[in-house]
This record gives sequence, structure tokens and C-alpha cells, in this order.
Amino acid sequence: MANIISDETIEYVGILAKLELSGEERERAKKDMAEMLDYIDRLNELDTSGAEPVSHVFELHNVFREDVVTNGDGSCDALANAPEQKKGGFLAPKTILDRSAVPHPEEGEGV
Amino acid sequence: MSITGMSALELGKKIRAREISVLEATEAVLESVRRKEPAVNAFITVDEEGARRRAGKVQKQIDEGALTGPLAGVPVAVKDNLCTKGVLTTCGSKMLSNFVPRYTAAAVENLNRAGAIVFGKTNMDEFAMGSTTETSYFGPAKNPWNTKHVPGGSSGGSCAAVAAEECPYALGSDTGGSIRQPSSFCGVVGIKPTYGTVSRYGLVAYGSSLDQIGPVARNVADCAAVLETIASYDNKDATSVKRQDLDFTSALKEDASGLKVGIPRGYFGTGLKPEVKEAVFSAAKKLEGCGAVVEEFDLGLVEYAVLAYYVIACAQASSNLARFDGIKYGYRTGQYGGLHDLYKKTRSEGFGAEVKRRIMLGSFVLSSGYYDAYYLKALRTKALIKREFDKAFARFDIILGPVAPFTAPRLGEQTGDPIKMYLGDIYTVSVNLAGLPGISAPCGTDKAGLPVGVQLIGDCFAEKKIIRAAYALECTGTYRRSPLAAGDGLPERGA
Repeated sequence: MANIISDETIEYVGILAKLELSGEERERAKKDMAEMLDYIDRLNELDTSGAEPVSHVFELHNVFREDVVTNGDGSCDALANAPEQKKGGFLAPKTILDRSAVPHPEEGEGV
Repeated sequence: MSITGMSALELGKKIRAREISVLEATEAVLESVRRKEPAVNAFITVDEEGARRRAGKVQKQIDEGALTGPLAGVPVAVKDNLCTKGVLTTCGSKMLSNFVPRYTAAAVENLNRAGAIVFGKTNMDEFAMGSTTETSYFGPAKNPWNTKHVPGGSSGGSCAAVAAEECPYALGSDTGGSIRQPSSFCGVVGIKPTYGTVSRYGLVAYGSSLDQIGPVARNVADCAAVLETIASYDNKDATSVKRQDLDFTSALKEDASGLKVGIPRGYFGTGLKPEVKEAVFSAAKKLEGCGAVVEEFDLGLVEYAVLAYYVIACAQASSNLARFDGIKYGYRTGQYGGLHDLYKKTRSEGFGAEVKRRIMLGSFVLSSGYYDAYYLKALRTKALIKREFDKAFARFDIILGPVAPFTAPRLGEQTGDPIKMYLGDIYTVSVNLAGLPGISAPCGTDKAGLPVGVQLIGDCFAEKKIIRAAYALECTGTYRRSPLAAGDGLPERGA
């Protein structure tokens, strides 16, 4: 069964991935993704009903420690590579009252 | 023998014996890099001044008796996805082309503690996504056996640098074969350790449940010694494993007697280059000659590993690479409207085509409505693959097979066809899915003279068995020096 990636789907993926694609890139992405999904769909030949999904091969346990501060003030280091900074914070474009720039499916998303 | 031709352990020994100074070793390596880089492009950054300063400090510590380890004073290059404080760490991407970390990765810190001279950062596929080092923003690295061919990837720079004798050893990272495959293509030895053995703290994340850091060197003993040095439990990596058996060099015995080696029949089907098959079987024969018991068997699900791998790796990549937004560090677009426009433009301009392709696929398989069908399905497949390996390791100590279906392709040969490139990872990705250790060791060449590697896979925590077998194999005389290491085809010194 061949997958066909619609314009709507690639638009949606672009929003999720926060990528802006040129017309040419978009057509290429539709083709590439359809081919990859055709290929990946072969997984459906496998009966996996008896297997639990495994994200890590070894069992992971939460690592607890005493709630004691062990590091110093790292704000200088954290800001050292910031493209723009102001008064000890990262400087980003205004996010409030700028609704025109927000794509609709993610309205109200916190930053 | 010239300094650059020595193995890491030989050079370390001579430094400890005061036959060679740390600065001499460092200058020899820097000279080799200056001479060979125009042909190889294995490095993104070479920190000459920093290396010289460091050499002075380390020499003093050796003289004072504070540093006595086997790697003290020996120069090393690390892949450019390992953070190095004060030294550019680009991950082969425009996105991080200006990123100077404020801390050092735990594995590199372990090397520093052992007195290593970290002098440069090696070229790699962008964010480790690729199998040829051609997706690097800084241009492709070349294969020291034939510079018209790729060195493999994504740790292509590390493996090319070691094969060209620009450095005795290097660190790479392996998410789906990124240490083993370029080691095979460049004719060097590379180990992907059991997941959790080396701390991932300070490694720029790609597929977090698959990523491991490991050594690349020109012989097995060096690799074992380096792995012994970089392996450590680290509470800054939540997946770090507490291990007691990190004395990997104790496994360097010229004898494989009693080792049970299984060869999966499914690894030798269509698509495998006949010369690769021949070289890999000759390695099995040699191991038999060293006392190993070799037997063919059927390993299940071989053909499904690549499918599950790309779903999982791309999904985790899309999540991990969400952090690159032009706000906190890295590249930021010049022109933007609002915040979302800034994100989109920064990412669209900062990432290359392969990274975008994987982020989009990853976003799709994680999206609502497709998560169960793709991501969970892949995680279930991963569980089944692990079961197949468990069954195999109940019978065998080691699984032996090819590293890649072919030898190093020509530059540009694979870039147009992603699926063809992904299929090249068929023998390596299952090792990452199951968290197993794997080693690639030279075992011959094809008709064109390009190296072939054999892959030895061990059960979780059984590095010593594969190190022992690889060492026994190496003792039969399998290592060949690359033409570029000897300086063939390079302009004369001072020319």
C-alpha cells in the first residue's frame, strides 16, 4: 500500500517540526516521507502483539538525591552563548499581543 | 618508527620513559594534521595553541609523578559532537557553527584526567545523521585509502584521522553504526560499548536510547585501554550503568580457544558485496585457527531492524533537536517577524537537508494518530529483536558478521537516495536497538584495495569476549597501513 503525503499533512509536520519549507523542499519532503513510510510499513508484517514496547533495554530507575544545592550560580555560563541577552535573561521577540505570528494549531502554547 | 606511526600505548610508554616529550608528541601530531588535512578534511577545529599549553602542563604532572597512566601525554582527537569547554563544538552543523561550550563532556573529562592531550575536533555528518560524513556543513571528510571515496560516517572524521595517522586514537559516537561502519571503511578498529557504559553527559543527543561514545584506534589494545579510561558511572547521565568489570585490557589474550562464535546466515544474503563476504569468512576461519568454535545459525528479524531503528532514531532526534530554537545558543536567523517566525527561520536555515528529513519523519511518527502505529510498533519490534539476541547469546559468546554490505562508496554516490543509504546500516543498527557491544576490526580489502571490517557482537556487558576475539584475530596480522598514513600522494614536506 503506497502512502501519499498530502499538502495538509506536510504543512502539519512543518508546524510540529518548526520548519519552513520552500516549494521545492516541500515537494521533495512529500516524496521522501511517502517512500520512507512505504518502507517502514513493512513492520506491519510482524506480529508484535505479544511484546511490550521497550524504550530502554535496561530497566531504568529514578535516581534520587538529597535536595541540597551542589552547584553555584550558572547564569553566566548559561547566557554565554545566547544570540541576544538582556538583564541576565535570554532576549526573545515579543510573544504577547502578537497573535498574527502564531500558527493556529498551537495557540496558547507556552514558551 | 615515527611518532605519528606509533600506537597510543607505544607513544604513552615512550613518554613515560622520557624518550619522547609530550610537546614533541603534540608537535608531531599537529605537523601531520597540517600536512594531511588538505587531502582528508578529518577535522573541523584544531586547537594548536591549547594543545601546546596543555602539553606543558601534562609534562609537568608526568615529571612530578602525578600522572602515570598509559595514555598520559598522548594526543587525541574527539568527534565534534562532544562538548569541549572553550573549544568550538559544531556537531557538523551551521546550527552550532558558533557554539563554544562552557563545560566538557564526561568522557572527554575522563581522558583529561588520564593526561590526554585533546587537540582537535573531528568532522562528522551533521548531528551524526548520515553514513558518509557528506552531510557535514564543513564539507565531506575523505577516505585515507582513496580520497575519491567517503570515510563512512557519522564518525568519519575520527576514523579517517586515525587511519591517516593524524592522531593515534580518537573518540567517536555510535547511534546506529557510526563508529563501526567508518572504522570498517577506513581499516581501523572501533568499539561501540554496551549502552550505559560511557556517560553521555556532554554528548549532543541524537537518539538518546541508542547513543554511545566509544574509541577508534589502529589496534585492539589501544581501543581496550581507551575504553577502560572513558567508561565510568555518572549520575549526570540517567542511563549510566554501574559496572565493576571495566578492566578491558585484561582480555587482551592471543587466544580464542573455547569461544563459541555464531554466524547468522541472514547476514549473508543478497545485497552483500562478494568481496566483503569473502573477507568476513576469512576472519571466521582465522578465529577458528585461534581455537574458536564457529557455527552458522539463523538470527531472526534481521530485515526489520533498520525499519524499527529509523522510526526510533528519527522520533528521538525530532524531540532532541527541538532545543535548537535560536534563543539560548547556536545560530539565529537575521530577519524575523515574531517568535514563531524566529523559530522556523532559524531552524530552516540552520539545519541541512538530511537533518530536516529525519526531524520531519520523527515528528510525523510521534504525532497524534500515528504514534501507536509507528513509534510504539517500533518499540515493540525492538523488544522482539532483543529476544532474538538473547536466544543467540544463550548458544554463542560472539556473533560474527559484516559491518556494512559494501566497502567505502565514492563521494556523492549515496547522497541522492536516502533509503539506499539507510539499508547500508542493516548489520549495525540492531546492536544499538539491543544495547549490545560491538567491535569493527580490519579483516581484508576488496579488489580496489579498500578495507573491509568484520563485526564482532557480544552480549550486554561482554566487551571482554569481543575484545579477546578481535585481539586474537589482529595477532594473525590483519592490520594494513593506509596509503595516506605513509604520505603517499601528498606534496613533499615544505613544498
